[in-house]
Amino acid sequence: MKNKKYEAIVKKHQPKEKRMQHGLVAFLVGGVLGVCGELLLEGYVNWFDLSRSEASVYMLVTFIFIASLCTALGFFDKLVNFARCGLLIPITGFAHSMTSAAIEYRKEGPVYGLGSNLFKLAGTVILYGVVSAWFFGMIRFLLGIGG
Amino acid sequence: MTHQFQNVYIDSYSTVCGPYEADGPLRKNFDKIHQDLYCGEDSWEQAEVHYLEDSLKLLLKKASLEKDDIEMVISGDLMNQITASCYASLFLNAPFLGIYSACATSVEGILVGSTFLENGTINNCITACSSHNLSSEKQFRNPTEYGAPKPKTATFTATGGASLLLTRKKTKIKVESGTVGKMVDFDQTDPLHMGAVMAPAAADTIYQHLKDLKRSPSDYDLILTGDLGLYGREILKEYMQKTYEIDLSQNYNDCGCLLYDYEKQKEVNAGGSGPVCSALVNYSTILKGLEDGTYKRVLLVATGALFSPTTVFQKDHILSIAHAVSLEATK
Repeated sequence: MKNKKYEAIVKKHQPKEKRMQHGLVAFLVGGVLGVCGELLLEGYVNWFDLSRSEASVYMLVTFIFIASLCTALGFFDKLVNFARCGLLIPITGFAHSMTSAAIEYRKEGPVYGLGSNLFKLAGTVILYGVVSAWFFGMIRFLLGIGG
Repeated sequence: MTHQFQNVYIDSYSTVCGPYEADGPLRKNFDKIHQDLYCGEDSWEQAEVHYLEDSLKLLLKKASLEKDDIEMVISGDLMNQITASCYASLFLNAPFLGIYSACATSVEGILVGSTFLENGTINNCITACSSHNLSSEKQFRNPTEYGAPKPKTATFTATGGASLLLTRKKTKIKVESGTVGKMVDFDQTDPLHMGAVMAPAAADTIYQHLKDLKRSPSDYDLILTGDLGLYGREILKEYMQKTYEIDLSQNYNDCGCLLYDYEKQKEVNAGGSGPVCSALVNYSTILKGLEDGTYKRVLLVATGALFSPTTVFQKDHILSIAHAVSLEATK
């Protein structure tokens, strides 16, 4: 049973978050990132004579490398503060979560530190990524789309 | 429970802070500034120990005492098992009491120390506390480099170490009375809105203190809460008025709102927090104000939110507590 009088006071002094602005920035940054990914993919296909699926792997690895480098150099968190989910949702956010955990826990050693904490944030993404992949795979299978 | 003290005075104090605090408006008041958040150490945890140890060493120097002269050390911090306090106090080789009430630790230390001094068990005692923005982030939230976006109501853990030497010898500042706070539960569950969690505890303790001593807010030149932040401060004012009909609009402020510059330092969101937040403001600025006659009597109400990441994930309510101590300039 919440104290209604108190909740009303808290609510009255609750500052407004700029959700619209944050959403728009995330949409634009995420979109630009997607366009860059597509251009890079096309580039890899043309320059190295790769198939699209092979080129997409190279493109993802490039993004992971750049994001991890930015994290290690210490300014990715500042970019995240500006672009928010525009950088956290794409693969850059996944790489960032692992690199930041690796940097944070390296002092506790390779086993109890890095090893057991590397997937501290990314573990959730992997687990539910696999679960939803299975789920949507089943839907496709049942609807008879795809092989 | 409010107790009045007759024989407890503040001898010396020292503050050591990090780069964010040094960018704030109180820069010139701190005794020492470490621009490097690592303090030349290998980890955030060791850095926090370094901050606190520096503050303790500086305190000895300011009080012109040797470590063998110290009869007791009371210290606390935010780290698991209050390890920063333990490691930092090792060199003093003095009887040690570790305390914890999150951001209310500084005043809890003064209350415990004052009780020992009042009954004559000891003649002097150090009370200290520390916190480190990044050791706290690591322990309570995400890896520090992750930098997950936070809402405006979130507070920013202050970095530094602060210590105080209490004595039975008369000095310019007297510890006049203190109120031990109660555990308060107002069904709050948001660890990113500590102001709302802790305001009821501050209200309860201020009300109890004023009632026990039959005083009103006007008996104090300044009433300072620990680290409610911008929004918590407004919540407390309105809640005090509506619930107890106590008007805090004249002489009340919050340490979390004083430590940083809101215009320049956007990363602090609602303001400072952590055990050392109120200690940095009080020991660097308010105590000097009592010494030079700016204030005659000040009420410090340190507020703490008591939770662990585990209890938050298990969706338990976040409890809070506030301890108050009244300081007076001696005539």
